[in-house]
Amino acid sequence: MLLLSILGGLLTGRMDAVAAAAMSGAAQGVTLCLSLVGMLCLWSGLMKVAHAAGVTALFARALSPLIRVLFPGVDPKGSAGEALSMSMAANFLGLGSAATPLGINAMRELARDAPPGVASDNMVMLVVLNTASIQLIPTTIAMYRQAAGSSVPFSILPAVWLASVLSVAAGVLCAKLLARRKRGRAHG
Amino acid sequence: MDKIGSFVLPAVIALILGAALFRGVKAFDLFLDGAKDGLRTAVGILPSLIGLVTAITMLSASGVLDMLVQAVAPATNLLGIPEETLPLALLRPLSGSGALAVYQDIITKNGPDSPVGLIASTMMGSSETTFYTIAVYFGTLKISNIRHTLPAALAADFAGFVASVFAVWLLMLR
Repeated sequence: MLLLSILGGLLTGRMDAVAAAAMSGAAQGVTLCLSLVGMLCLWSGLMKVAHAAGVTALFARALSPLIRVLFPGVDPKGSAGEALSMSMAANFLGLGSAATPLGINAMRELARDAPPGVASDNMVMLVVLNTASIQLIPTTIAMYRQAAGSSVPFSILPAVWLASVLSVAAGVLCAKLLARRKRGRAHG
Repeated sequence: MDKIGSFVLPAVIALILGAALFRGVKAFDLFLDGAKDGLRTAVGILPSLIGLVTAITMLSASGVLDMLVQAVAPATNLLGIPEETLPLALLRPLSGSGALAVYQDIITKNGPDSPVGLIASTMMGSSETTFYTIAVYFGTLKISNIRHTLPAALAADFAGFVASVFAVWLLMLR
């Protein structure tokens, strides 16, 4: 990707912008990580409390049918199942800042059953779910719409829901199909 | 309506702490334990994040995307995706701040409640910064072989963008 952008910079004559981006990009990486640190600590801490208090088990029970379908081989009542359901719940509620740390937690649980350095089918599914993002209330976008002078900033809600559902469905379908195809090939 | 959004997060925290109180668990000790794990995770992601974010920032600055927009414009016009939203659709998976800049440009120029503005808003609301998400999730666990993640995630993004156009026409403009 680095080489591609340097080549692109040559072609478009924007080498100065590419050079500047190299510097600011590295700094942005640190900023992004720093902005994650607080949230990671807060939610990892809260998750421990929630686990001890039985809240995660509650979420896991509510979402267990979904988890059984999407993540075969994961026990909904086990620690991976609990982490998965918390991550999915955070995503659904639009808790963007909480969703990432909870998702990372879930990833770590899933990684226990996978060979090191390789993504398992379930890990791929979790990341695809998170990138497709089902959001109940897109607060940020509504805020920008209002700032731009929209009289009905939340009017897009039904359209966002429909588009989200279709996009998640496409992602899940694609992940399942590709997982099956690759596995078939591996077994000859 | 926007009030609901700000109530969700405190409500979840209150639920967790309330349950802890009810069960009589040592909430603060557990919290510190978990927070330490979180810190360790954060330190672990930093190197891979710097590498990936640098690459993504350079790519969006290089103009490769603009070339892509011109290349795919005829095809997407057939699908009814307005040309103005194309840079948004292409930038969105790569760069959150870049996509936001394009988005704000679109809604100030066309108006947030114009068809193009509505489609752009729906696209923004129904998608994520895919490459960042993949980088953060797999970077943390030092997983280099991500297998079919990228095609599946990009298929979801693509479906989301086409569905945004479709959903706005179906639900809002008829």
